[in-house]
Amino acid sequence: MLKTLAKEIKQYKVASIITPLFMILEVICEMIIPRLMSSIVDDGVQKGDMNHIYGMAGLMVLVAVVSLAAGIGGGVFGAKASTGFAKNLRESMFKNIQKFSFKEIDKYSTAGLVTRLTTDVTNVQNAYQMILRMFVRSPMSLIIAMIMAFMIDGRIASVYLVAVIFLATGLGILMVLAMKHFRRLFEKYDKLNESVQENVSSIRVVKAYVREDYEKEKFNEASGAIYKLGLAAEKVLSFNNPIMIFTINACILIISWLGAHFIVAETLTTGDLLALLNYCMNILFSLMMLSMVFVMLTMSAASAKRISEVLEQESSIVNPEKPVMEVGNGDIVFKNVNFKYHDDGENYVLSDLNVNIKSGQTIGVIGGTGTGKTTFVSLISRFYDVNEGEVLVGGKNVREYDLDVLRDNVAMVLQKNELFTGTILDNLRWGDEKATEEDCIKAAKIAQAHDFVSSFPDGYNTKIEQGGTNVSGGQKQRLCIARALLKKPKILILDDSTSAVDTATDSKIRTGFRTELPDMTKIIISQRISSVMDADQIIVIEDGTFSAIGTHEELLKSNEMYASLYEAQTSGSGDFDEAAKGGV
Amino acid sequence: MAAPRQVKMGQRGRGPTPQIEHPFIILKRIMGYVMKWYWLQYIFVIVCVFASTFANVQGTMFTKSLIDEYIIPMLGQQTADYTPLLNAILRVAGFYAIGIIAAFAQARLLMYITQGTLRNLRNEVFGNMEKLPVKYFDTHSHGDIMSVYTNDIDTLRQMISQSIPQLVTSVVTLVAVFVSMIILSPALTAISVAMVILMTIISARLSMSAGKNFAKQQASLGSVNGYIEEMMNGQKVVKSFCYEDKAIAEFTNRNEELFQSANKANSVVNVVMPINAQLGNLSYVICALVGGIFAINGFGGFTVGALGSFLTFNKQFAHPVSQISMQISAIMMGLAGGQRIFELKDAKPEVDEGYVTLVNAKRENGEIVECKERTGMWAWKHFHKAEGTTTYVELKGNVEFHEVDFAYEEGHPVLFDVELYAKPGQKIAFVGSTGAGKTTITNLINRFYDIADGKVRYDGININKIKKDDLRHSLGIVLQDTHLFSMTVKENIRYGKLDATDEEVYAAAKLANADSFIKHLPFGYDTMLESDGANLSQGQRQLLAIARAAIANPPVLILDEATSSIDTHTESLVQKGMDELMKGRTTFVIAHRLSTVKNSDCIVVLEKGRIIEKGNHDELIALKGKYYQLYTGNAIAQ
Repeated sequence: MLKTLAKEIKQYKVASIITPLFMILEVICEMIIPRLMSSIVDDGVQKGDMNHIYGMAGLMVLVAVVSLAAGIGGGVFGAKASTGFAKNLRESMFKNIQKFSFKEIDKYSTAGLVTRLTTDVTNVQNAYQMILRMFVRSPMSLIIAMIMAFMIDGRIASVYLVAVIFLATGLGILMVLAMKHFRRLFEKYDKLNESVQENVSSIRVVKAYVREDYEKEKFNEASGAIYKLGLAAEKVLSFNNPIMIFTINACILIISWLGAHFIVAETLTTGDLLALLNYCMNILFSLMMLSMVFVMLTMSAASAKRISEVLEQESSIVNPEKPVMEVGNGDIVFKNVNFKYHDDGENYVLSDLNVNIKSGQTIGVIGGTGTGKTTFVSLISRFYDVNEGEVLVGGKNVREYDLDVLRDNVAMVLQKNELFTGTILDNLRWGDEKATEEDCIKAAKIAQAHDFVSSFPDGYNTKIEQGGTNVSGGQKQRLCIARALLKKPKILILDDSTSAVDTATDSKIRTGFRTELPDMTKIIISQRISSVMDADQIIVIEDGTFSAIGTHEELLKSNEMYASLYEAQTSGSGDFDEAAKGGV
Repeated sequence: MAAPRQVKMGQRGRGPTPQIEHPFIILKRIMGYVMKWYWLQYIFVIVCVFASTFANVQGTMFTKSLIDEYIIPMLGQQTADYTPLLNAILRVAGFYAIGIIAAFAQARLLMYITQGTLRNLRNEVFGNMEKLPVKYFDTHSHGDIMSVYTNDIDTLRQMISQSIPQLVTSVVTLVAVFVSMIILSPALTAISVAMVILMTIISARLSMSAGKNFAKQQASLGSVNGYIEEMMNGQKVVKSFCYEDKAIAEFTNRNEELFQSANKANSVVNVVMPINAQLGNLSYVICALVGGIFAINGFGGFTVGALGSFLTFNKQFAHPVSQISMQISAIMMGLAGGQRIFELKDAKPEVDEGYVTLVNAKRENGEIVECKERTGMWAWKHFHKAEGTTTYVELKGNVEFHEVDFAYEEGHPVLFDVELYAKPGQKIAFVGSTGAGKTTITNLINRFYDIADGKVRYDGININKIKKDDLRHSLGIVLQDTHLFSMTVKENIRYGKLDATDEEVYAAAKLANADSFIKHLPFGYDTMLESDGANLSQGQRQLLAIARAAIANPPVLILDEATSSIDTHTESLVQKGMDELMKGRTTFVIAHRLSTVKNSDCIVVLEKGRIIEKGNHDELIALKGKYYQLYTGNAIAQ
């Protein structure tokens, strides 16, 4: 994990190395100051030597200036290294995600990827800065102060050593105990938040069933549990501060006692005693800092892990070595295809698929949710690789094509349509960057989008907001179809992408395909029989396999499910308001 | 200090200080809130703060007497007498002990105060939230509401448990150290104070510049995050259009911008610390120098021991100053959170002036009388103030709309002159395009939204007079977006009737056609549903919602039929379940299925908030109007 992340430091290596060096320099300077101070007391004040005092004071100022420079340097380079590191992480993740096949996208989920790119990166950025600046500084400060103390007086310094060990053990134990409680606390917290979330989004249900008091009771119970867990965790932590203060104070008293004896016995000077008291504070404070750094690091470890997962994820689909750069025609052949999402999964999602589609044909695909319609068409543009058998496009196995070439020739309008921020024209030009406005209008006309686009005040220059919230579902679907048409694909796949378009318009779109784009192979997935009944071949998918292939008439006679579906949709259980949605 | 949540806060604390309109009013409210339950504890905490600061200052002062009064007199003596020193050390140890006990007590007390206050606050906020009208949830972003619970309450915790006590500690320390320093040497104190003022000015300048940079960083962060979200959501589209390279190029640009601004903002912040530290050191050096001279010349009785003590104080003096500014900005963050919490807590709950209640009833000698036991018969108990009498009206499910106009927002009416009559047991279907006003009508029936008096009547009673809870008890509702809760399947069904027996749950599930799929779940009826039933299919979730409505057994139903896109098998189950549920009940249905529409007693065709046609299927077909168009348009295509 660390190796993967470390690779992303790249051009910020120098800054990453310089930062801790500056921090060490700063610490050394800081540690010299008490030493100089003790010299002022011993050799200056007690001997009445003014010149020595001036000299030492001058030296102190010099050290302070060096320390300042080092501190600023560390700060500036630390900022550069950590923000730069974060930049690289984001960029590399983003680039790698672009390489993902659908399999990997499904695996991480949209929300998961967004969190990794945003929150997790920020966490790691802060942790990295912490490592560069504090993680080196604190132990160094501890060690140097310790060395200084030993140089002054080994006897007293060993008291520090004992104190450090005592405090480190104490804090360590507390932290381990507290973390256990905190982990449980956060789980409960998440539960509580989930329950709030449910109440917010389902407020209509809560109110309709008059369950406000019931929900309140549920919430108060959960809130009470958090109270108890929170107390348990903080109970442990409440020992933290007293132990710290106890150790520091005990040290000061012991040093005072011992120090007095040593000074009287003339084995220690007054100035040295003052310096030792100073180092005592330094040592114990850096220990405390260190413990805090540790806590922060363990917390960002989870983020680091999630990031490295994305970085290490290899796409399961890559370009072949000598890719074919042209798709001959729109023929599609499935030969004994079996497919499952996870290689170690038990059952095939799709099995025994065999079909022969000729260029220019219109193919209807019909079947229930979860029967594998979308998966079936995703195999054509090689968003997934088949496990057994082969998929041929234009007479060649899809694995032989350059991925971009293949996907430019197989346009797929997805079930979940997405438009992007920008004008309608910008969105249409996703299909073809160089498309002229006329091209766009032509495609929009076929997709039956021209009329409503023209009715907007800004026409084709209308701005689409994020997520396409300012156009209706049916309009969005038609724009997406137009966008796909601009690719001038050899194969067009519509995955239930006219569901929000009324039947009359739907039928016009299909007529347009037939007359304007006769050579293009059209695959239409639909819940509506009316959308597929005039197709050259209709594929009925049931339980992940083609249960029947034929024309409308043939299927009516031979396929029970198809016949019953047709019966149901024409005799009353069809969608009534389809027509009302977009058409009128 | 090991609380992981604080890390997040730490990062936040580095951003610009938020603007709040009346910080003191909010502070007063929050503290009032804390004091309401924990005033004694909080006063005790303050006492502890004083005690531990005092102990600490005493300890530092001891350095002076250690050197001046004990060590130096003993120097050169043949047989040094350590008894006075021992006594002094024991005395200081006593102070320290008090300090440690005070620190412990402070931590303990604060823990009860914070956790308790937060629990109370959370409960009250949630309690109020449950009472808010649906309108509140329709007009506020759910993310904002959520963040009150996830972020703001947490920031407040930080403020109560850390920032305020820290601030008090810092102020007390500052005063105590200042007094001690003056006692030791007024002249040196002047130097220290001057340096601290310099420090404050410089860090104020720097944080102002940092604030600007942080605002810039925030803006570019927003731009990067927005792009990430959009691209991740559309990732499959990106792939199918081979748009990867263009996406990367655009992302790299925005990312670089973020790096530039983040780098600047962080650099400025990182520089503040060393500058302050070195100014502190400088102050230390000057004091050492001047103090050294004083001590040599015995200026005003200044001694070596006093120098030692003073130098330690000098360090302790700068610390609380920077602490105070840090804590104040943390408190401001807490207050901003507090403001949002109080906004939610103060939001006006649903008004309910209804007084007509729903009671169990039975018929005795032709009269309806109220009774305790469940009889299956319900009646509206109507108390007439003017006459001082109470009448009972049997609950039948008669709903009437008279000349109903309605607007969600002033000036944007969505319903015009709606006239409707539903007799008990009738089925009313609403038909029309999205935005025609179908959902709005149903919103008015269960008073999710209120309209002017007397326009909607239920069993002849003005619904504004009916207590909302009782009104809603008499109405069942199945929405198109099914909302389920993270509980077991059984508990979800029981949501409709909390005291239902297991048998009733099974019966409701069977009626809704949900029984067979539930039995196939890993733990049957005891299967836990994950967030909003994510582990079920859309159709299965609907079946559960139907079962939930069935168990409540209301006389009036509001149904929002699902549009297509569920598989045919489940769809037919859902359909059967819905039909079963509708039997014998007055039903308002936002219809999407032909069969539902055709079988309705009255079809209401809505367009742009107006009823344009009304009647049964045959009548409307004969009318050859809009309904005919819709119906045949569909039929032609098939």
